[in-house]
Amino acid sequence: MLSCRDVLGWLNEYLEETADLETRRHLEAHVNACPNCWVIFDTTKKTIQVYKGMEPLALPEDVELRLMAVLRRRMESGGSAAPPA
Amino acid sequence: MTPTQPRTVPAGDDDLVRRAKAGDSAAFSELVQRYNRRIFRLTKHITQNQEDAEDVLQEVFMKAYTHLSTFEGNSKFYTWLVRIAVNESLMKLRKRKSGKQVSLDEPVSTGDEEIMREIAVWESTPEQKYSQTELRGILDEAVQSLEPIYRTVFLLRDVDELSTEEAAESLGLTVPAVKSRLLRARLQLREKLTRVFKRKGDDLFAFL
Repeated sequence: MLSCRDVLGWLNEYLEETADLETRRHLEAHVNACPNCWVIFDTTKKTIQVYKGMEPLALPEDVELRLMAVLRRRMESGGSAAPPA
Repeated sequence: MTPTQPRTVPAGDDDLVRRAKAGDSAAFSELVQRYNRRIFRLTKHITQNQEDAEDVLQEVFMKAYTHLSTFEGNSKFYTWLVRIAVNESLMKLRKRKSGKQVSLDEPVSTGDEEIMREIAVWESTPEQKYSQTELRGILDEAVQSLEPIYRTVFLLRDVDELSTEEAAESLGLTVPAVKSRLLRARLQLREKLTRVFKRKGDDLFAFL
């Protein structure tokens, strides 16, 4: 019989569905019978979902301009990305 | 070719890297455009300072340009960039907190009670309850409150969707180390978000 602590240790594998079948069965049996673990598993899953696919914001225009200006200067200064001949 | 297919397929990273190595500045600029937003998000989250994050952003692409010839393509270009970004960000963080140790090592264990205090179901859909901007604010704040190692691992794995192996490579950590940090990061975030998203009224039963 798995303890809550054991079950929590398998959380990543359970959510990513990488646990082997046997372990998965044990985990499911525990989670379905234990309200606390059920809530933790459910809300952790939601935590991951709510972050997943959060698109990065566009660079602020001034940040982007400064970045490209610095790089342009660097590229024009001669020392190219290519290894020295 | 089907008619719906776009006429020009964007060049792959490998192709752009090859051209950039041969001295094609436009190809390098395209790689910068492709990844600058994700790198900036990362440097902002690690340094927690807009000015430092911008400095690091510039340093990352300057370094990438300078050292491009040493990039051999054994890993993805983006993973290589992340590795530079993480190193540079941590260096910046150390300078800012001069003397204070900042590393990707496991911080002193917080103990399970830290991550098990808040057990409550959520409002069904935080996405509907909050505006995009509000939600982003809540999520960012929660991530920011984690230790540097936890927020970095979480960001790479669950936001940027790198594989465990790629995250390990970028961070110079072993795969098991990434997994254990990710577990703690997820549980800590779950705890923090539960404080915001829990269904109201459930507290009434907390004493039972």
